[in-house]
Amino acid sequence: MNAIAPVGRSLAPFEARLDGIEDPIRHAAVGELRRVGLPGPRVEAWRYTHLRPLAGHEFREAAASFDADLVGRALDESLPRDGLLASTPRLVLVNGRFAPELSSPANGVALPEGVTFERFLASPEFDALATPEREPLVALNTALAVDGVCLSVAEGVAAGRIVLVSVAFAGDEAASFHPRHSVSLGAGASLELIELAVSSGSGAGAATYFHNPVLTCDVGEGAKLTHVKVQKEAAGATHLATVYANIATRGAYDSFTLGLGADLARHEVHARLSGAKAAVHVNGAQLLGEKQVGDITSVITHAAPDCISRQTIRNVLTDHARGVFQGKVHVHQIAQKTDGYQMNQALLLSPHAEIDAKPELEIYADDVKCSHGATVGALDDEQLFYLRSRGVPEAQARRILVEAFLLEVLDLHEDEAGRALLDTALGAALSLRIGRLQGAGQDAGEASE
Amino acid sequence: MSDFLNISGLHARIDADGAPKEILRGVDLIIAPGEVHAIMGPNGSGKSTLSYVLAGREDYEVTSGSVSFKGQDLLAMEPEERAAAGVFLAFQAPIELPGVNNANFLRTAVNAVRRARGDAELDAVAFLKTVRAATKKLSMSDEMLKRNVNVGFSGGEKKRNEVLQMTMLQPSLAILDETDSGLDVDALRIVADGVNALRSPTFSALVITHHQRLLDYLNPDRVHVMARGRIVHSGGAELAKEIDVQGYASFLAEAA
Amino acid sequence: MPAVTETREQVEKLGQSSYKWGFETDIEMDFAPKGLNEDTIRLISSRKEEPQWLLDWRLAAFAAWQTMEEPTWAKVSHPPIDYQDAYYYAAPKKKAGPKSLDEVDPELLRTYEKLGIPLHEQALLAGVEVPEGEEARMPIAVDAVFDSVSVATTFRKTLAEAGVIFCPISEAVRDYPDLVRQYLGSVVPVGDNFFAALNSAVFTDGSFVYVPKGVRCPMELSTYFRINARNTGQFERTLIIVEDKASVSYLEGCTAPMRDENQLHAAVVELVAMEDASIKYSTVQNWYPGDENGLGGIYNFVTKRGACRGARSKISWTQVETGSAITWKYPSCILQGEGAVGEFYSVAVTNNRQQADTGTKMIHIGRNTRSTIIAKTISAGHSDSTYRGLVRILPKASGARNFTQCDSLLIGDQCGAHTVPYIENRNMAARVEHEATTSKISEDQMFYCRQRGLSEEDAVGLIVNGFCKDVLKELPMEFAVEAQKLLQISLEGSVG
Repeated sequence: MNAIAPVGRSLAPFEARLDGIEDPIRHAAVGELRRVGLPGPRVEAWRYTHLRPLAGHEFREAAASFDADLVGRALDESLPRDGLLASTPRLVLVNGRFAPELSSPANGVALPEGVTFERFLASPEFDALATPEREPLVALNTALAVDGVCLSVAEGVAAGRIVLVSVAFAGDEAASFHPRHSVSLGAGASLELIELAVSSGSGAGAATYFHNPVLTCDVGEGAKLTHVKVQKEAAGATHLATVYANIATRGAYDSFTLGLGADLARHEVHARLSGAKAAVHVNGAQLLGEKQVGDITSVITHAAPDCISRQTIRNVLTDHARGVFQGKVHVHQIAQKTDGYQMNQALLLSPHAEIDAKPELEIYADDVKCSHGATVGALDDEQLFYLRSRGVPEAQARRILVEAFLLEVLDLHEDEAGRALLDTALGAALSLRIGRLQGAGQDAGEASE
Repeated sequence: MSDFLNISGLHARIDADGAPKEILRGVDLIIAPGEVHAIMGPNGSGKSTLSYVLAGREDYEVTSGSVSFKGQDLLAMEPEERAAAGVFLAFQAPIELPGVNNANFLRTAVNAVRRARGDAELDAVAFLKTVRAATKKLSMSDEMLKRNVNVGFSGGEKKRNEVLQMTMLQPSLAILDETDSGLDVDALRIVADGVNALRSPTFSALVITHHQRLLDYLNPDRVHVMARGRIVHSGGAELAKEIDVQGYASFLAEAA
Repeated sequence: MPAVTETREQVEKLGQSSYKWGFETDIEMDFAPKGLNEDTIRLISSRKEEPQWLLDWRLAAFAAWQTMEEPTWAKVSHPPIDYQDAYYYAAPKKKAGPKSLDEVDPELLRTYEKLGIPLHEQALLAGVEVPEGEEARMPIAVDAVFDSVSVATTFRKTLAEAGVIFCPISEAVRDYPDLVRQYLGSVVPVGDNFFAALNSAVFTDGSFVYVPKGVRCPMELSTYFRINARNTGQFERTLIIVEDKASVSYLEGCTAPMRDENQLHAAVVELVAMEDASIKYSTVQNWYPGDENGLGGIYNFVTKRGACRGARSKISWTQVETGSAITWKYPSCILQGEGAVGEFYSVAVTNNRQQADTGTKMIHIGRNTRSTIIAKTISAGHSDSTYRGLVRILPKASGARNFTQCDSLLIGDQCGAHTVPYIENRNMAARVEHEATTSKISEDQMFYCRQRGLSEEDAVGLIVNGFCKDVLKELPMEFAVEAQKLLQISLEGSVG
């Protein structure tokens, strides 16, 4: 094993678009990218998630034009007209560009009062919360971001819900979009952000597109940001998202991510508890099949005393799917009375599935209560037998147990509308994968037949 | 006679989320050698705080007043010095010590106290003999000695374990902080028997309780009512029965 | 802040005078010239009268090492090590490997006596008086390694009668070349990692154990390592082979003089367990940790790995790590045979400026393999301690099980305790459970103990020993008692 200095993966997929960037911040990001390259497996933060699927393509800037019918249908499917979210203010991006005609107020629902909305396009300013010098995928976003949504909620305003939808409309060629979003909550404000990433399909085979969003969340004193994300990108897609959250005194960032789509997906959260008595929840679930790779990565920094962090992640993996969870809780010396908890559980439902987990504690304060746990296993045979002995057919019994395993973590999300969206998305995914849930059982049972 | 335990004008406070909160507001109490005193009173009246302050818990800050114990300034002593001097606190919620063997803990404590008192330490054999005699007297199984201190003990077992420690450490002042709470009649009797067995002209006890029941077995010399950080009323054993019937209302009115 | 803080402050003043093994032995030494190159390696090889194959093996390792860089992933930091500024061979002036104890330099015997390591078989066999209530001590066979060479190995005759080979590895190269050639580097290949490659190039001595089929080794085997000379690295190599249905329990201890400069210790330990074989490997690591300001101390960069080759074989690592300025060590198990069992029990204590990055790797290859990891980390002073562990379940390891429990205890707010587990499961019929906690000694526990008359020091000792109990109980009796004392001594100067 010869030691080779870590050389990153080639930037070839994006090279053509990186030349000639003059804006100083973007220029610096390009410089950073050229220095480290796209992260390869020797980069510790990317040891389990490899960017191979990006190689061999040349990603053009995603097209600005799209088929309105297809996109409209995708929206209706995800946000049914009779559902709770139909009358919720929404901001829609297609291929990473804001689509005013599909968004509030054009769609008949106004944005709540006290909320200011601006397109990133209008005055592209990069939020200081992001650290492109540390995260190459954020550097890539910084270099190539064209549009995005910037929301700010005024002090004390309870803004209710806003839906943020990204629709991918893939063309014939590999394309990428790198939206840059920011949300800022004034003191005592609250907002529930419901984020949805879907594809309208292109009508022509598997779409090769790459969605690379960055979202920065600045949560003011005593403010509360609830963030639900449902990722249902098309097969063949790559989704690499990074969220930064800074939480001030007594503020809360309560997030839930449900990963279902894309061939390669990563949801990476950097949350910093910078004021006393702040709280952060990073919960999530993934249900993956075929050759999907889904990665939830979090870095939670306790930089103030008396803060709470909670993470519960569940993975259900079928076929050749691979789930990854990396979670780091970093407790600064000043962060006494930290209460940190992290639990990562996985169900492997196929002999070819794989889970890799790295829950990590880095602690410099002595008066803390931190713990993490991880379990990996198959469905409990005794539970399965119990259900079958009560007359439930095996396939159904499996579905019940898998669903229960995932619902337990969905239960952590309290908002009704967000929960409804999660339930619908999960239900559809379970139905899609139901065959595979049984497939595992058939594999195991082959010998006895 | 007031040389044994003399609490005078005791004020103490605790840091409650950054703001000091006064809990004891002038406690006066004298216990003579050989006496058993009971303190009763509503929740939050400062009973447990009094026991912690006497045992030397450092979260409490004594702001004024004095406590002398056998002629010494009790408040100037470290918790272990108080233990060596003869103060024993039976905890309301005994603390768990994972991985620490109960017998080993007891032997370490007994020998630390013996050393401080100038007595010879007990070797393994002598200790075992003494502890077996004590468990037998308290109708406890030796199996409890093999477990870790209070870990996985039921509420009753924990209280019995406290009584066992008390028996072994031979204190001259035992403070029982609601040792009777949550106990059935049999367990209650064991606690009472444990105290009664130690009774002598050189042993005193301060029993903090909500209930008349334990006092039936202990027959205290004095009963005090504590409210809002002070002792507001004192009387003989009959006072406990009165409270059992009437509650604290009349005493609280008196205090206000 | 109450009790704990106050005592901590008091005791901090005591400093680090508590390292009782820091004396130096004045004895005439034979050094190879300073520096590391092919000539050094040839010289070591010729001093030890080694066969050509071993020299070639060393040179291959050296060639590999030259292309490698020091690993940087561990959570430790130190100034760059100048590998040319050290001696790679230092031996007491006398022919290596005395035939009998009578030939051993009395100064050396006195050294080991002072360290509490019995090298007099007679005294042991005559039976030291056993205090009432304690079990009679089993004699322990000791291989004493002083700087680069083994100076004495006791009870060889008794062991030989049972068929057990226990000797310095340099002798094994001469007397059992086939065994050594077959197994050396078979678990830790020469180019495995930077420090293993370095060791393979320059190792000077260490212990060799061979337990033949069906033999339960009649006594505990033990190696005692002592670094004495200045500016020397210690690179010992241990190889233990246990055949079918055989078993051995092996202990390892180590100390070094107090010196202001850092010294490098880069050992390699290889274990091989065949069918139904069992190896219990216990370490009490007490190298000089440096002073309270982090001056001096041993860099303990060690590669330990066991291969459970046979079905139902078992390898159990137990370690109590209290010494060294820096510890970099991951005793691992490759669980190949069906139903093989790997265990790792660890207590790592760091105080003052010590740094430890230690843990294990459990590689599950065979079906129904099982592993247990219990790691207790205690950090005090300005130290940093990391548990780093890998559990990997490969696709064929159906029915594999792992349970991991990592607990960290912080004493004071100037230290760090970290947990970095890697869990990789590629088999649906395997089960992995991992739990980790970080906490401190609670004020409640301290008060409870003190109310029962215990001093703060005793209370901390008791609670820390309780915290480590699940690991300490895995140690052989004599070691457990010693380890308990060591824990308390190690934490002196930092805790209440």
